[in-house]
Amino acid sequence: MAIRTEPFILNMGPQHPSTHGVFRMRVTLDGEVVVDVEPVVGYLHRGIEKLAETRTYTQNIPFTDRLDYLASMTNNLAYVLAVEKLAGIEVPERAEYLRIVIAEMMRISSHLMAVGFFLNDLGAMMTPVLYMWREREKLLDLFEMVCGQRLTYNYMRIGGVSHDIPEEFLPALKRFVAEMPGFLDEYDQLLAQNEIVLARSKGVGVLPEDTAINIAASGPVLRASGVKWDVRRADPYSIYDRFDFDIPVGSAGDCYDRYWVRVQEMRQSVRILEQAIPQLPAGEVCAEVPQLLRPPVGEVYGRIEAPKGELGFYLVSDNSIAPYRFRIRPPTLINLTALRDMVIGWKVADLIITFGSIDVCLGEIDR
Amino acid sequence: MTLLDQFRLWLASIWPEWAAYVTPAIVGIVVVLAFVLTMVIVFIYFERRLLGRFQIRLGPNRLGPEGIFQPIATALKVLLKEDIVPAKADKVVHWLAPVIVFVPILLIFAVVPLHEGAIFADLNVGIVYVVAISSLSAVGIYSAGWASSNKYALIAALRTVAQMVSYELPVVLSILGVVLMVGSLSMNEIVDSQSIPFILLQPLGFIIFFLGTVAEMNRCPFDLLEADSEIVAGYHTEYSGMKFAMFYLGEYGHALAYSSIIATLFLGGWQGPLLPPIIWFLIKVVAVFFVIVWMRSTLPRLRVDQLMAFAWKALLPMAVINLFIVAVEVLWLPEALPWIMVVVNFAFAGVLILLWSKLFVPGGGRVEV
Repeated sequence: MAIRTEPFILNMGPQHPSTHGVFRMRVTLDGEVVVDVEPVVGYLHRGIEKLAETRTYTQNIPFTDRLDYLASMTNNLAYVLAVEKLAGIEVPERAEYLRIVIAEMMRISSHLMAVGFFLNDLGAMMTPVLYMWREREKLLDLFEMVCGQRLTYNYMRIGGVSHDIPEEFLPALKRFVAEMPGFLDEYDQLLAQNEIVLARSKGVGVLPEDTAINIAASGPVLRASGVKWDVRRADPYSIYDRFDFDIPVGSAGDCYDRYWVRVQEMRQSVRILEQAIPQLPAGEVCAEVPQLLRPPVGEVYGRIEAPKGELGFYLVSDNSIAPYRFRIRPPTLINLTALRDMVIGWKVADLIITFGSIDVCLGEIDR
Repeated sequence: MTLLDQFRLWLASIWPEWAAYVTPAIVGIVVVLAFVLTMVIVFIYFERRLLGRFQIRLGPNRLGPEGIFQPIATALKVLLKEDIVPAKADKVVHWLAPVIVFVPILLIFAVVPLHEGAIFADLNVGIVYVVAISSLSAVGIYSAGWASSNKYALIAALRTVAQMVSYELPVVLSILGVVLMVGSLSMNEIVDSQSIPFILLQPLGFIIFFLGTVAEMNRCPFDLLEADSEIVAGYHTEYSGMKFAMFYLGEYGHALAYSSIIATLFLGGWQGPLLPPIIWFLIKVVAVFFVIVWMRSTLPRLRVDQLMAFAWKALLPMAVINLFIVAVEVLWLPEALPWIMVVVNFAFAGVLILLWSKLFVPGGGRVEV
């Protein structure tokens, strides 16, 4: 006689150690096997998009810090690029370079967190995270030198950046750039060939290439599935066309590939930093922009390659001091829509690591 | 003749018979309890500091010199916390579960020889007693998960049964290898017969036993019962206060108990040159625990199906082969020089592990739903 079993519903989150914030999943489980997942978002909703319509263009920059708080300055960058596109503002050369340097540092910092917490989701206690934090601390110290903050920087300005870098910044950055490949090799040694990591993440949570394109995935999630698409190359912004870097691409689209792509992207970011530092020109760091900017009537979509994918800002101007419409394209929310297809039929533990490998940030999802 | 027996004989010459019988038992119990609880506190401190080292941070170092009073502060904090019982919990089982987990650990130490002759009860079936008693904890963990009426705890409870039962088999089979070589089940005789530690004579048996016990005490990479990134805190999600402390102590007590058993069975127990036997015993126990903490801070966790596959497809067949090899050696070559057996067994262990690392596929993949 077969024992009658029935699936049960488990509420994972909003308070759960590995939901990376306040994400909630209504998981239907048949024993250990995931039958259905229903993501529930909105616990961190702050109404940033609506609030932004009541503030001036400059006042909106701090809001963007609070989107993906692990990569605040790339959010700043995406927003100011969109506004500059809307108002037709030229940015000084030095500011362009500073922006790229900061954006690539931010990418390394965000990927370090992503890789570390992915290993944490795999169950490796806190050790990988703390090793990643060792490097991230150096980056945060550098950011603190630049603008005095360690989490919400508010560094980019419409027309440039808020401060020039202090003298001690460049030597410290050069030291970091020289050290970082060694640390990445160390992580590879410890993690990339670890039997348990391979057994747990190879072939798990596969996102096929066509599905990835259909859901409009972007960033490492898309590239791990084998699509060579990076906004920095596909639609070059700022001065990315001046640098020589590769776009790492995975093949299987599984959790391991997403981890691997992130590690390779950190190497590429280091390469960009190596090229950008010697080229850094002297001069102004911010163009002359009126305090109450009134862009001409029109609309614009500005996008950049944020660490987690394509971050876009859609702005509509009615020639007043505040945007008429302020809309964010959050990469992780769109990447997250693939979660259900990726985990059905896998175990609870796979659900957790697949979710971790998408690398979400709830500040950005709920806005 | 154990030390307690000598004590009893001496007492019998001056005290009435019943007092001479009861007093050594009470003294023995107090000594064992003191030993276990002190060592558990030491282990908690040791693990925290060691994890700090492994994770490039300092670890607790504020309270007292080098933070040695931190475990005491933790104990006080836990004792003063409110004891919360979920409204829908099975109150009796919820109360009983931590006791069932903790008591067997104390009972194990009845047969662990800490020093020459320092054993509470020199049972002639000592190692069988250890196996039997240590399995009881699974009942406690299962009832904790069941009684909490929490889904995370329930998942952990079901994992417990699967994991504990599966890993019991390779553990017992690798113990059998030792027992065959000694020809006795008594812990004292197992120690006495190790002129060469059994880790050298049976490297494969040691590895199987070590991995099996790590799984039984729910340590990384087999810590699925309290996999914090998946099922929050597993079976003790709904426990707080003193009941949680029992589980916490139980976890370290388990680690201490199994480290002691490994030291006794494979590392020669209290035997060793120069230093007093109790010191040698403690050195070996701490060394085993060090390796366990090292694994915990380094390795990620296995998935539940991989865990079961590892027990049934890798450890169990290897344990059977190991038992067979040992049986052949004991039966046909009893006079063979031990050092030849060391070489042969190391070669066997190397070949088998290499073979399994090539052949073994851990677990299945996706299930159609």
